[in-house]
Amino acid sequence: MTLLGSSPPRPDGAAKVGGTLRFGDDLPKEGLWYGATLRSPNPHARIRGLRWNPERAPKGAVCIIADDLPGPNGVQLLDDEWPVLAEGIVRHVGEPVAVVAAATMLAARQALGAIEVDYEPLEPTLDLSAAANQESLYTLELRSGQVEQELERAHLLVEGTYHTGYQEHIYIECQVMSAWWEADDKLVVEGSMQCPYFVHRSLIHVFGLPAERSVVKATPMGGGFGGKEDFPSVIALHAALLAKACDHPVRIAYDRHEDIIGTTKRHPSVVTHRAGVDAEGRLQAMEIEVVLDGGAYRTLSPVVLSRAVLHAAGPYRCPNVHIRGRVLRTHTPPNGAFRGFGAPQVQFAMERQMDRIGRCLGLDPLEIRLRNVLEEGDKLPTGQVMDESCSARLCLEKAARETDFQERWQHLEAKRRAPIDGESMQGVGLSLYFHGAGFTGNGERVLQSVVEAALLEDGRIEVRTAAVEMGQGCDTVLPMMAAEASGLRPEDVVLAPPDTSRVPDSGPSVASRTSMVVGSEVAHVVTEIRDRILDWWSNSQESGAAHTVEDGVVRRGNGESWPFRELARRYCETEDPLVVSRQHEPPEWQVFDEETYQGVAYPTYAFGADVVEVVVDPDTLEVRPRKVTAVCEVGRVLHERLCVGQVEGGTLQALGWGLMEEVKLEAGHYLNDRLATYIIPTIKDSPEMEVHLLERPWKGGAFGAKGVGELPMDGGAPAAVSAVENATGIEIDTIPATPERLLALTSAHRQVPSGPQDPKRGRRPGG
Amino acid sequence: MKFELVVNGNPVLIEGNPMDRLLDALRDKLDLMGTKEGCGEGECGACTVLMNGEPVLSCLLPLIQCEAAEIETVEGVATGEASAFLERFVSDGGVQCGACTPGIIVTAWALLRDNPHPTRQEVQAALAGNLCRCTGYEGIHRALGRGAADE
Repeated sequence: MTLLGSSPPRPDGAAKVGGTLRFGDDLPKEGLWYGATLRSPNPHARIRGLRWNPERAPKGAVCIIADDLPGPNGVQLLDDEWPVLAEGIVRHVGEPVAVVAAATMLAARQALGAIEVDYEPLEPTLDLSAAANQESLYTLELRSGQVEQELERAHLLVEGTYHTGYQEHIYIECQVMSAWWEADDKLVVEGSMQCPYFVHRSLIHVFGLPAERSVVKATPMGGGFGGKEDFPSVIALHAALLAKACDHPVRIAYDRHEDIIGTTKRHPSVVTHRAGVDAEGRLQAMEIEVVLDGGAYRTLSPVVLSRAVLHAAGPYRCPNVHIRGRVLRTHTPPNGAFRGFGAPQVQFAMERQMDRIGRCLGLDPLEIRLRNVLEEGDKLPTGQVMDESCSARLCLEKAARETDFQERWQHLEAKRRAPIDGESMQGVGLSLYFHGAGFTGNGERVLQSVVEAALLEDGRIEVRTAAVEMGQGCDTVLPMMAAEASGLRPEDVVLAPPDTSRVPDSGPSVASRTSMVVGSEVAHVVTEIRDRILDWWSNSQESGAAHTVEDGVVRRGNGESWPFRELARRYCETEDPLVVSRQHEPPEWQVFDEETYQGVAYPTYAFGADVVEVVVDPDTLEVRPRKVTAVCEVGRVLHERLCVGQVEGGTLQALGWGLMEEVKLEAGHYLNDRLATYIIPTIKDSPEMEVHLLERPWKGGAFGAKGVGELPMDGGAPAAVSAVENATGIEIDTIPATPERLLALTSAHRQVPSGPQDPKRGRRPGG
Repeated sequence: MKFELVVNGNPVLIEGNPMDRLLDALRDKLDLMGTKEGCGEGECGACTVLMNGEPVLSCLLPLIQCEAAEIETVEGVATGEASAFLERFVSDGGVQCGACTPGIIVTAWALLRDNPHPTRQEVQAALAGNLCRCTGYEGIHRALGRGAADE
């Protein structure tokens, strides 16, 4: 019997519904002091003076500024350009300038008043148009074929510029970190984080500690979505510095307001397309420019841009492609990792562009995609040839069939042109998308992830990885994968807590990589422990080998059987401790040239197609998504309920980003800096969802699973906006498509063309 | 000042200031850590508890308003007759990260006690004040759509 694809209850479920699971701020507090952060009120300023007046602070309070750092003033991510605390200059509103600690939260906040800062304001760069003339934070280029010539020769030239906004993660558990110093100058940090070894590296970098004297423990996370990939290193450093200074354990727990103003967000983007198509609508050449707003520091922007560039041409066939990517620096808070990691922005643009091309030729959204869909044997702009696990057409056709898409779209187009007064407007929209599974390019090769398994005295196998449970279900799925591979039961496997003193660096819990990469290694190491015990058992028996293991029971040819755990217990009684470790090696054919951007950027891709139905209020232009049909091909479904849950949750985040979530800035300040003003979808805003999971296993391991965490983030927004266009006729190139934006577009007469365009003219940017 | 209230069926005496938040009293004085703070301003519902049977936001509720009240937190709901519902809530995918879950369980159980078979619209109305960022709410609908009883 196969376990995979079934849906056993998640082991952390009972503690979560019972309220007994301890998150980072629920841990015991004896002797704990509290940290607070002084933040810059200026987007760009020189710090002329910075003074801590302890006599004005609650007794015993401590303060740390950049000068107090014991080592480099940089948060070690890709590089250490991001300051731990501002030094001499501030580059965004909310930038940490000093941190304080005191015995109570109230005292810590009072202590902030004892710091004087003298700022000399400097000219800030506040938006992308101002930043465009300045040096970029990072640039990339990807080229295939003869773009200029083919654009010249094309039957029709279609241009478009597409904008996407910020998105705030709104994990329900805000950032929280505690730190303390133990005997022998050993630092311990515990809190909410996706990447214990990222935090570990940052601590070592600043404190100059040997690796073993820095211990990082990840608590279960109340949501991450990428927001706990980069930022936990910052708050961990602050807590550790304060703990050293006050000689108490220190906890920093952000409240929602501070979490919104202080932490990274999804990069806003501007993507410009020029496409040449033939008379049938087939893509001949594309020139794409991707611009991301990186904010004040580089953080993870280079890898976000990399994923953006590699997804910018979408799951479509086009022989001639030129993509240029830039991350620009603005004096706004740094942007960073958010589920999808650059791919949602560029695929929003690509999907809008496909709709636009279709309209220019009088083709509906399904037809234009069917004529260009990527298939087995086709090449991506990187030169990577799609293998048999390419399922774009499968997803597209299934989504269209399940929803009668073509007929409904045509019907609603006709209905829009002959509206009935007072009747709500309805629309249906389609998107096709893909997501590269795992780290980009040579990322996995550089990472050298290691997974370990050890036999416990009670006969269970302890699996040691740095994967952190954030709701995605790794604590459920990793034991299932081990069991599937080894014939043991999931309960024969126990996961070690993600604590750097107990587990090796199996890499971060990001990039939809945990099941695919960590899971396949877990399956290997557990199977190896099983084999070692079976070998030992066979050698101690006269009859020799030939065992089968199923459901945790070892059977021999002669009909005898033993529980595996019983054999393992006996092994422990007489033999040396058994520990097996294994380093992940990406497939040898996964070779990517970081200079030319040619080669295999991802070993495989997951695909999806969404159909979104919306109702638009004709008076308020409020958009209500009524139903989403999501078809996702994920290689292999490991746990059906969890997999569906990833698609449902990611899809709603995508709808939020596309239709309602908006961060507005004024002079570098976030205006929507609370949950009362930054609006995310409630249960009343969320549509009915129908999820279809398809499987085209990839050949590289993990039972064929490709990774699903980020995929659904790519499709919801363009499909929803396409549906709004179908309902209203308003041509939308910017999200979120709030009622205010729709009204502005209506006033600007931004309407979709009523029929096919003159081929010589085409469509111009800005419509 | 001292405040007398009943929490999860037990009479308790809480020492604090009249304007202390019920949320902090539950967490810091009674070690009932199941009740979470998600926003501190009544927008997210993570801190929901039952006060005399009705869902209230403990981050907005000063202790002075809780005198003599019966408070039920997620820990109280979980030890009662909700066990079949809770199991279903897990198996139907109502839970992912678990941070909003206590507030949702408390609110949902209050609904199911009054209305054992709510419609989708009734579920939406009852849970409109509870934000979940993980599930897209569909798992929550699945669990509540099957009603209160152990079926």
